[in-house]
Amino acid sequence: MPAVTETIDAVQSVTQGAYKYGFETEIDMEFAPKGLNEDIVRFISAKKEEPAWLLEWRLKAFALWKTMVEPTWPAVKYPPIDYQDAYYYAAPVKKAGPKSLDEVDPELLRTYEKLGIPLKEQAILAGVEGAGDTPAEGGRMPIAVDAVFDSVSVATSYKDRLAKEGIIFCAISEAVREHPELVRQYLGSVVPQGDNFFAALNSAVFTDGSFVYIPKGVKCPMELSTYFRINAKSTGQFERTLIIADERASVSYLEGCTAPMRDENQLHAAVVELVALDDASIKYSTVQNWYPGDENGKGGIYNFVTKRGACRGARSKISWTQVETGSAITWKYPSCLLLGEDSVGEFYSVAITNNWQQADTGTKMFHIGPRTRSTIISKGISAGQGQNTYRGLVKISPKATGARNFTQCDSLLIGDQCGAHTVPYIENRCITAKVEHEATTSRIAEDQLFYCRQRGLSQEDAVGLIVNGFCREVLKELPMEFAVEAQKLLQISLEGSVG
Amino acid sequence: MNALMEHNASEAGAAGFLHRFEGLRERLPGQGLPWLASLRARAAEAFRAQGFPTRKVEAWRYTDLAPLTQAGFGEPLTPVDGALVLPRSAAPKRLVFVDGRFREDLSDEGSPARSLARHLPEAEGLLGSIARIDDLPLVALNTALFEDGALIDLGEGVDGGVVEILSVTSAGRPVAAHPRHLVRLAAGARLVLIERAWSAEQDPAEGEGRYLHSPVWEFVVGEDAHVTHARLQQEGRAGLHLATTFARVKASGTYDSFLLHAGARLSRSEAHVTLAGPRAAAHLNGAQLLGDGQHGDCTTFLDHAAPDCPSRQTVKTVLAGKSRGVFQGKIHVHQVAQRTDGYQMNQALLLSDQAEIDSKPQLEIYADDVKCSHGATVGELDESQLFYLRARGIPEGVARSMLIEAFLLEAVEGVADEAARAALAEVVAGSWERLA
Repeated sequence: MPAVTETIDAVQSVTQGAYKYGFETEIDMEFAPKGLNEDIVRFISAKKEEPAWLLEWRLKAFALWKTMVEPTWPAVKYPPIDYQDAYYYAAPVKKAGPKSLDEVDPELLRTYEKLGIPLKEQAILAGVEGAGDTPAEGGRMPIAVDAVFDSVSVATSYKDRLAKEGIIFCAISEAVREHPELVRQYLGSVVPQGDNFFAALNSAVFTDGSFVYIPKGVKCPMELSTYFRINAKSTGQFERTLIIADERASVSYLEGCTAPMRDENQLHAAVVELVALDDASIKYSTVQNWYPGDENGKGGIYNFVTKRGACRGARSKISWTQVETGSAITWKYPSCLLLGEDSVGEFYSVAITNNWQQADTGTKMFHIGPRTRSTIISKGISAGQGQNTYRGLVKISPKATGARNFTQCDSLLIGDQCGAHTVPYIENRCITAKVEHEATTSRIAEDQLFYCRQRGLSQEDAVGLIVNGFCREVLKELPMEFAVEAQKLLQISLEGSVG
Repeated sequence: MNALMEHNASEAGAAGFLHRFEGLRERLPGQGLPWLASLRARAAEAFRAQGFPTRKVEAWRYTDLAPLTQAGFGEPLTPVDGALVLPRSAAPKRLVFVDGRFREDLSDEGSPARSLARHLPEAEGLLGSIARIDDLPLVALNTALFEDGALIDLGEGVDGGVVEILSVTSAGRPVAAHPRHLVRLAAGARLVLIERAWSAEQDPAEGEGRYLHSPVWEFVVGEDAHVTHARLQQEGRAGLHLATTFARVKASGTYDSFLLHAGARLSRSEAHVTLAGPRAAAHLNGAQLLGDGQHGDCTTFLDHAAPDCPSRQTVKTVLAGKSRGVFQGKIHVHQVAQRTDGYQMNQALLLSDQAEIDSKPQLEIYADDVKCSHGATVGELDESQLFYLRARGIPEGVARSMLIEAFLLEAVEGVADEAARAALAEVVAGSWERLA
């Protein structure tokens, strides 16, 4: 969801245990046949009018995928996935560009509304002609949005304003057509096709996603945001995001995700690649709110995502912030390859598992260049029957002289049926490197609860307050609108866990 | 034991060991005891099914058994009967094993420790009661092939005093020894046990002195019983030391262990400790001092299976030359183990740019009312501490040495028994001097 204050009221109004985004939009969709084979890969590529090299690239990925086995090492349990029983291509049927909002498919507009996208951006997203030319209402800092519906990017807002700065922000399928040289140079350069089972699957069948290029010396004037939504039944979502910050460039990117409530499980296997050149910085924030399944563990999204950033340039910086409240299962490790000297990697994470949710998430920091630094702050909260694992790697190569890492992993347990696990790996081959790791696991202290209750807060509000305090170090890293929303989400996610 | 047995140096890896089991089984001690014969057969089958672990097994991610699987080992052709130069005894009573066999002539009489091979019927129900063979191939191999070991069985309230178990490997032959040691303490019993693994050939010539010493220990600690297990691994520099320890501690009992890895080319000490009754406690401290060409792996699994149990662990590793240190420590807190208090700290100092440390502390927690924390640090000596000492006129080399010794001794601090603590501090300091 885009970071807007309008959503907050809507979020506040939800009833206990409800999932606000659990609606389905009935718009005309075009599907490819169910199942996965080389023909589907060719179909997707043809549908996207892709050049031959990209089709070859996809086919290579598909060939690799067939030789790979699904990983079993994460501390998550789920029934086997039938990869042949899903649609790999689903797209809203495109009509000619509407003149005003009245002509836009009302179902699509209603979706935007429910998601809390303000009218201005709604018009832009729906492709209303001329909508991007006037400044946003109320003098609020505009946010450029790219909305990905099932597998296809439906619209990107504020494109023209960004273009004035030379910034490219568009659907990746569009980038393949308009900027093939950039896509070809960077696609798969951080997450190769054969990186892992789900990345290979994504490389073969990705249908859309966002592409960002910030030219040399440009500081992106607004937050860029992508909003992902799985809508159609039996579809998987395989988006691919590629962000490149050229020398001295900087960008802050937000990602939000929702899905309708269904009692089947849906697969989301995205790949995100970030490249930061000399003195560039990329801040990537995620509020993941995919449908988590109901209180009995039925349904929900399998969120199996590969995210990795390469700090290729000297003094470059990549910062990941994630608030993971949704999904039945979350399996992701946003990572940093710290190649350039003095480059910096950061990872701030809050992961909540309530009811029957499972999360196995963390980060990997590869220190390769000299004087590289990384910080990892992870907060895991388990409630209900939830299982929450932090799994991380800090690897320091012999050349990373003076490298520095600080890691802090804290887990909070609410209730005696849940689990919290910490699995950090530290591999150091450099004599001058310094690595520090701390982890704690505890429950909410009785005295803190008592203090809050004594001042008239309900049990639930008290827990919400304490949890927000517990996560403060991470939440403060989020852009402001996102931070406010994330706090509400935390509270909602924990509803029904105390009492 | 029969003196002259065929030695299969040609056959390497799991097949070689299995072949040895087939050749030896009729002559292994206790073959007349049906429970033991069937246990050995099951263990051999479990080992056959698993083979030696490879680095694809998560618990063996950082330790490669190639030096073991690529070479052939045999049992001693002739037991060494002559006089051996032994290290000074660290305890009033000592039991000596040479190449895995009991040496009565070198051992002290009246010790609470006895030869297991000579008292096997007493071990029924104890041997294999907590050691796992189905997922731990080295334990399966030990169970199939053990020839002897120590048996310590202390009655209610008995104080066993201080006992040393010395395992010596004689020089010159690629011997494989798999001793099995059993320790049982009834309610309220006490024991300080010093385990020393040593070789008559500490620094063999290049390409020589290879051997395998793979002991398995089982500790059954009764209610309110306390055992200190001080382990000094001072094998020869070409030796392979692969030890597995199991301990099960009942209510209010304590298993207090300290591990020193100083010798061996490749050493791995794996401990599986279960706190099975309320207020049972475990200390799993250790120090690894690794020099050029050495690989040391300290791996522990601590199971909190009862409420109100504390556990403490501090492991320090110092790495010089081209060496590799591994620490893996898992704390598993079961749902019943409310009010668990677990603390784990592992720290490493790298003294060389060719050394590598791999550390994997791990918490797996299913109870909510717990206090568990772990910490890990890797780095160089603190420059400000060094400056402080140098400013007081202490030469840099001495200052460094002092700081490293202090760093290592922190791990010894946690040992509860005063006499054991003092003895350990001396050995650790001596080992550091040797490495420096």
